[in-house]
Amino acid sequence: MLYKLGRLSLNLVFEIGDFSLFTARAFGSLAGSKLLLRRIARAVHEQGTVCLPVIAIVGVFTGLVLGLQGYHVLSRFGSQGLLGTLVALSLVREMAPVLAALMLIGQAGSALAAELGIQRNTEQIAALETMGVNSYGYLVAPRLVAALIVFPIQTALFVILGIWGGSLSGSVLLGVDSGIYWSAVHRAVEARDLQECFTKAAAFGILAISLCAYQGFHAHRSASAVGARAVSAATTRAVVISSIVVLVADYIISSFFI
Amino acid sequence: MTAETPTHPIALHVEGLEKSFDEKPVLRGIDLEVPRGSIFSVLGPSGTGKSVFLKCVANILKPDAGRIHFHGRELSSGDTAARDEFRRRCSFLFQSNALFDSLTVLENVALPLEQTTNLGKIEIQRRCRDALRQLEMEEFLDRYPAQLSGGMQKRLALARAIVTRPELVLFDEPTAGLDPLRRNAVFAMIAKYQRQFHFTALIVTHDVPEALAASDQVALLNQGRIAFVGTPAEFSISKNPFVSLFRDSAQALGESLAEIRSGRSTVSNL
Repeated sequence: MLYKLGRLSLNLVFEIGDFSLFTARAFGSLAGSKLLLRRIARAVHEQGTVCLPVIAIVGVFTGLVLGLQGYHVLSRFGSQGLLGTLVALSLVREMAPVLAALMLIGQAGSALAAELGIQRNTEQIAALETMGVNSYGYLVAPRLVAALIVFPIQTALFVILGIWGGSLSGSVLLGVDSGIYWSAVHRAVEARDLQECFTKAAAFGILAISLCAYQGFHAHRSASAVGARAVSAATTRAVVISSIVVLVADYIISSFFI
Repeated sequence: MTAETPTHPIALHVEGLEKSFDEKPVLRGIDLEVPRGSIFSVLGPSGTGKSVFLKCVANILKPDAGRIHFHGRELSSGDTAARDEFRRRCSFLFQSNALFDSLTVLENVALPLEQTTNLGKIEIQRRCRDALRQLEMEEFLDRYPAQLSGGMQKRLALARAIVTRPELVLFDEPTAGLDPLRRNAVFAMIAKYQRQFHFTALIVTHDVPEALAASDQVALLNQGRIAFVGTPAEFSISKNPFVSLFRDSAQALGESLAEIRSGRSTVSNL
């Protein structure tokens, strides 16, 4: 038991160290990367455009549910006028960065892990290295830069559509005065809330995309699976680990802003 | 360490190369010299460590022991400048071709030039089109690897390997999974372009007749050791028992089948 626990701890420390080196190598390779803008643009398209419909749908429905639930809770205290405050602060501080990140992990992160896993399996990554191409700079770094652009933009979109969804259920369906709702939104959100929102979005972007890239890039290391199963296992690990890490990071960042 | 000499008569010199996986030795001290500008084939049965040897040379796998010299300069793991220089002057043709399936034919060939040189876009395009024209692939520039036949994928991989004008090209089982006609075509293609571009070719294969016909020198690998090195003519008359066994395997199969048919032997004896 003690032996197993020790081995598990050592593996965890190794993985954290190796992951940190992986991310550092990817950022370090940015300086020497060629045609970087073209690859960043492609990565922004992969992460951004493709995930846009999912973010929009989840954003609107999250706002609708927040408006509905918030209205029924607040009406017990006769405080329906605070619905805008509740919806806006919930979305800006917590729900938009976390849910947008989870959606992006599910769509862009899993696709990235699978793509890199297949590239590892079919020796495309080894081919890059034999050509003298820095595989971190070519495959990973543009994705990390793209995450820094895409995650905050998608989070902002999530916030906007969520607040609009809240007004739809609160004002249009449940009868809260529209002026009161929007004025509460305007008064509630301060610069510090936006700072928290975008700090989280950027941090989640880097953590999620680098974790997904790390899992795919090292799909061949799996002792329990090879070939297609190794890619599938790497993709599953990528989604599960990055989702958990996003939630843990959310708690840590929130505690700094409270 | 010998000073770097681009015109060194020995392109590649391997000394005491060893590699194990999970404490199981695969390479047990390989010593080999590949003359510059030659076609050198390393033969051997499947699972004898041929691909591992080639991957150690290309630094895809890290050897446990031994030294590798490229044009007289040692490629030690600490000397990154020597490794970078080796990568610039060497290409690797993978058994699986390792083509980028999301890039077109032209983009695949352009990739090493775009990423490792300072050439302009027009020059890169010119070089890629030249390489593809020489390999009779000019009309497939916008196709993706999945839209090409096995032979064309092999030619595309070769175009990508030679477009950087390397001095050494490492071929890992270039004819694996191909029919005899295509095998001949691939070896003829290697011989043709080796003479045209004057690179040194190091090929690992188990196709004996084709390798003997196309190579200047051959080596035979057996259980992680070099069992024979010499010219194809020397290989053909060698009395080395393992060379005889490997060379005459087709004849041995005929004899074994004759014994089975006559009831004197069973499959389990093979």
